[in-house]
Amino acid sequence: MDTNSLPCRTETAFPRLGFLEKSSDTRHIPEGTKMEMPLWLAKGLYERKRRVLSVELPKVYREGWRTVFSADPTVVDLHKMGPYYYGLGSQLLHFHNPENPEIAQAVLQTFIGRFRRTMDAAQNAYNEDTSALVEPLDSLERALFKVGQNGLNAFQRWETGRASHLTASSLVLNYRKRKITDL
Amino acid sequence: MFCEKAIELIKELHRMGDGQLPAFNEEGIRQVLEEMKALYQQNQSDVNEAKCEGRSELIPTIKFRHGCLFRNQRCIAAYLYDRLLRIRALRWEYGSVLPTAIRFHMCAEELQWFNQYKKSLATYMRSLGGEEGLDITQDVKPPKSLYIEVRCLKDHGEFEIDDGTVILLKKNSQHFLPRWKCEQLIRQGVLEHVVS
Repeated sequence: MDTNSLPCRTETAFPRLGFLEKSSDTRHIPEGTKMEMPLWLAKGLYERKRRVLSVELPKVYREGWRTVFSADPTVVDLHKMGPYYYGLGSQLLHFHNPENPEIAQAVLQTFIGRFRRTMDAAQNAYNEDTSALVEPLDSLERALFKVGQNGLNAFQRWETGRASHLTASSLVLNYRKRKITDL
Repeated sequence: MFCEKAIELIKELHRMGDGQLPAFNEEGIRQVLEEMKALYQQNQSDVNEAKCEGRSELIPTIKFRHGCLFRNQRCIAAYLYDRLLRIRALRWEYGSVLPTAIRFHMCAEELQWFNQYKKSLATYMRSLGGEEGLDITQDVKPPKSLYIEVRCLKDHGEFEIDDGTVILLKKNSQHFLPRWKCEQLIRQGVLEHVVS
């Protein structure tokens, strides 16, 4: 998530770093250059008092997309948009953008709107191919889905009386699988 | 851009998934450390220049490099720590002796750490449960019966149980054994628990 790049505009010059900007041949990055910066760097350089750079919003957090999300959050493929829609969205709030309250609301409402479906899917897809269900989920939702599935499977095992069944550790099994493919 | 090598390391771990241990990427670590050294030296000279000649316009550049340095440090720490967690999990899954294939994937310091961890765990287990100690890696799931039916999945050789009888664990043979004796073998995939 940290490596997601954000569109930025430099507000001061960065001497001697010109080689980072491939589009120009100067030795320095002049003031007012538009460039992409990873989140971690933007966060490190950003200061409220001394304007070093300003961060623009990625397009999924802008007004236009926000309307789409508020219309029906369940139909959007967040994996394609993100895949760290929620994480990045909350990190963006560091950058004192005037639209901050709206972004926060949009991210929260999207999550609320989609959560029920994620939970339903996780709790009811037993012994099924879940790839189609998982595909449009954000990475946070995927983690939740996995937790839900583990719970469901453990419960089913308990119900069928197989909870005390000893099995080989999945770690060991995976290693063995790899060894076969290695050969 | 800086820090790309560092994120490669993290991605490598992430790709493996399921807590498997990939080979220790010494080359990758070395490259990141070299990048950090270069960044540090450039910053050092720029700091001197900024101080002596009062060139304050260099400060954003210095901050930029400093951020990259921190980022690299963080990524390496994360890489090493995640590997340690995986190695620790191996102790619980495989028991105290690791297969050589896995040992080859660890660097010298990690092997040392693993041995230390083994030692502390053993000391702790000896201190529990009175004279004999208590093996806390056993009975992770509450046992239902003392003896269980197991089938061998591969030739394992001779195996001695409590009462002194030696049995031969041959592939596809079936035995009725004390549970606590075979729990680890099941986890390692030598035996299979048969439930009728």
